[in-house]
Amino acid sequence: MPILEIKNLEVRFPMRGGELIAIRDISFSIDRGERLGIVGESGAGKSVAAFAILRLIGRPGYISGGQILFEGNDLARLSPEQLRQFRGNQITMIFQDPMMTLNPVLTIGTQMIECLQTHRGMGRKQARKVAVEKLRRVAIPSPEARIDQYPHELSGGMRQRVVIAIALLTDPAIIIADEPTTALDVTIQAEIMELLLALCETHQVALILITHDLGVVSEITQRAIVMYAGRIVEEGPTRDIIERARHPYTHGLIDALPERTHPGQRLNQIPGSMPSLVDIPPGCAFHPRCEHVTDLCQTRVPGYTLLDHARVACHWVAAQEQS
Amino acid sequence: MIRHWRLFVDSTFLYRFRRDKVAIASFSLLLLMVLLSFSSPLIAPFDPYDPAQIDIMDSDMPPAWQAEGEPRFPLGTDAQGRDMLSTILYGTRISITIGLFAVLLQSILGISLGLIAGYFGGRIDAFLMRLADIQLSFSTLMVAIIVLAIFQASFGTELYNELAIFMLILVIGIAEWPQYARTVRASVLAEKKKEYVDAVRVIGLGSGQIMFRHILPNTLSPILVISTVQVANAIMSEAALSFLGLGMPVNKPSLGSLINSGFEYILSGSWWITAFPALVLVLLVLVINLLGDWLRDVLNPKLYKD
Repeated sequence: MPILEIKNLEVRFPMRGGELIAIRDISFSIDRGERLGIVGESGAGKSVAAFAILRLIGRPGYISGGQILFEGNDLARLSPEQLRQFRGNQITMIFQDPMMTLNPVLTIGTQMIECLQTHRGMGRKQARKVAVEKLRRVAIPSPEARIDQYPHELSGGMRQRVVIAIALLTDPAIIIADEPTTALDVTIQAEIMELLLALCETHQVALILITHDLGVVSEITQRAIVMYAGRIVEEGPTRDIIERARHPYTHGLIDALPERTHPGQRLNQIPGSMPSLVDIPPGCAFHPRCEHVTDLCQTRVPGYTLLDHARVACHWVAAQEQS
Repeated sequence: MIRHWRLFVDSTFLYRFRRDKVAIASFSLLLLMVLLSFSSPLIAPFDPYDPAQIDIMDSDMPPAWQAEGEPRFPLGTDAQGRDMLSTILYGTRISITIGLFAVLLQSILGISLGLIAGYFGGRIDAFLMRLADIQLSFSTLMVAIIVLAIFQASFGTELYNELAIFMLILVIGIAEWPQYARTVRASVLAEKKKEYVDAVRVIGLGSGQIMFRHILPNTLSPILVISTVQVANAIMSEAALSFLGLGMPVNKPSLGSLINSGFEYILSGSWWITAFPALVLVLLVLVINLLGDWLRDVLNPKLYKD
């Protein structure tokens, strides 16, 4: 029984002269305690999908279709008041840049306490105790002192820990992490990802990890989704996707990893760049960059070919499976 | 508490203040004027509100250092025989009070409406800002004159004189809210795009809490700057209205009504009735504006020189 189920989600942005469809027909689900990675190039719609789950799409964008079912409640249709019971309570989010996600003029304690007051109706003292406890949980030294400090008094890594602590405050069922380590340096990145992994495992929290770092995805997640131009092109167990990618795009992504080439050799790359969402090519959006392109690819949008535990949206894979 | 005091002592704010002679001078002068005027019942030699202490025989005395002056009245007396020094002290108190409360009212109105306009955007924003535009297209003084004149005409001078101070606060307060609303809206629009606002929305806080607890504190520096300027403006507006006879009544004069009351005698040689209150008014407004300028420089990190 999946805890979160996204069905045919579509997000549009009205623009001068027509609407831009940022993500189209996205469906996936995540089980309690599962860790799911969403990968793709910049502009593939990863972040839009994450924001859409929490209904945080900034105007003028809107969810134009589909369902977001959290334990049977369709978040896409709840009133703002009802939505707040889930947002920040059952589902929380960790943003890219810890420099920006904490309010610079409030102490971290204030920011944590008010979250608990809203969702748990706790008194100040009790909320403070819980906040200190959570800060300790994310391995912040002497949390009793840190809690009264302002964000600028903490380092980047510390701040991201605080952000994670805030996400954990209400013991959520799902954490959505939108590139949680891009703003941090590599050693801190590893520490933060380890922490996140450990926390998700011990508390049975489902994690949706959005990133373009395939290394991180392979270390952390159990299942992965690859997005291209607003659609899911491949989904499956992370290990399979990394080792036996089926979709030519996924294949290209993995081939482009520097580890895949010998020193001195030219790095592999996918020719061309992702199309602008304003003029997505007809048929399969990837066809202009694909090495296996056929006439069919240029006219028909590929449906999903179901494999054992995976699905792939590609005519070439479908043809291979049939033969 | 101690921690906050330490933070203040160590702050760049205090550091910059101590190194700026103009700021120190303006601040001390302002502090002096505020202290003197607010303790006027204790230190003033006469009580200008008490008719028993006024002797018409003492009227029109020049300052003490002139030939006909008396040491009892260091700055002379006005046409009714009131001691100028005491009257100025009391008048300054009234002017500052009106300035502060009018700005308080302006800021409450302007900040709330500006926050709402900036945060919700769309039609609410358009409506509130057009309202502000309309109000700004009337000059403050014109609106004030019309309102006060109608009030005076319909309720009689007696009642008006009693309520004058509240009316002035109300009129100046309401007439100038768009200044605040515009400034606040502009900063809210900039703050709203920052990720921490998304983050608190994710936490699930309500709009009110996000606006007042999270966005408002981040817009404080422009608010502080316009507040100082607006206090000076409000004091000027009050003086102008009083000078036109629509402000504080003659028996409870503010600086503006004092200047006005002396104006009739200025050609007959009694320059001190107008000159001293005018000097105090100019000094008060100048000092507040200088402080406001200094504050703007300090709170704008782009202007850091050293």
